[in-house]
Amino acid sequence: MSAAAKASFGRRFRLSASHRLHAESLSADENRKAYGKCNNPHGHGHNYVVEVLVGGNVDTDTGMVINLAELDEAIVRHVVDRFDHQNLNLDPAFRNQVPTTENFCTVLFGLIQDALPVGELERVRVEETENNFFECYGVQGYRG
Amino acid sequence: MIFLTRRATFSASHYYWNEHWSAEKNKQVFGRCANRNGHGHNYTLEVTVAGEPDAVTGFVVDLKWLKDVMEREVLAAYDHRHLNLEVEEFGAGKLIPTTENIAISAWKRLQPAIVSAGGARLSRVRVYETPEIFAEYRGGE
Repeated sequence: MSAAAKASFGRRFRLSASHRLHAESLSADENRKAYGKCNNPHGHGHNYVVEVLVGGNVDTDTGMVINLAELDEAIVRHVVDRFDHQNLNLDPAFRNQVPTTENFCTVLFGLIQDALPVGELERVRVEETENNFFECYGVQGYRG
Repeated sequence: MIFLTRRATFSASHYYWNEHWSAEKNKQVFGRCANRNGHGHNYTLEVTVAGEPDAVTGFVVDLKWLKDVMEREVLAAYDHRHLNLEVEEFGAGKLIPTTENIAISAWKRLQPAIVSAGGARLSRVRVYETPEIFAEYRGGE
């Protein structure tokens, strides 16, 4: 095997949070029309799955793109601890934007990119339920 | 272009150990995975091939053929084996059987059969060590 083989390592994290989809720029009627049940005043919650895909050269000493324990430590500290069992609308990241899962995915991509100890963040997938998910890709592009 | 994926599962044991390091450093870097008695996983192998559907059959590849290739080239060597002790590429002083290296090695085992068949190309090999942990290799350096 070449010393410089590039592979990707994926890891799934779970967090539960509440949110309410409501745009300040829209009227009450427009919000109900745009967001339906998701606009209910007291919010609701999801069990989110955040799937992180990190690309990089496989280290010839360890056989790893990234050490799982180091990845877990970084993601738990910067992402899971921040959002798990919280109300997304109250997080500073959503002061000026609606916590749709699209926006959540983009926020998470930025936070995870900053927190990554090594490697390149290729993709973040956020699953809101078993039936819907959203993906954000790195600037370098994903060749899948 | 259509991307077609087939899954298969295999169960194997392994441990992580770098022969050039002290026992202490191996334990520090690899943690529980450095336990020399090994441990095991139920792995899932996902193989994706890419190509255009055949004008007559409508197939990118025949799924039965792909299943047979996966079983012959990968599962026959890895399933119910101790990767470090029984699989050539993961022998002492060779590759550490991390999920990343298993994905790369599976690619190398599959590639010749897929190339020689002509048609679809191997696009991605993804290996799940657990439902929460996977590695993938898309070829190249």
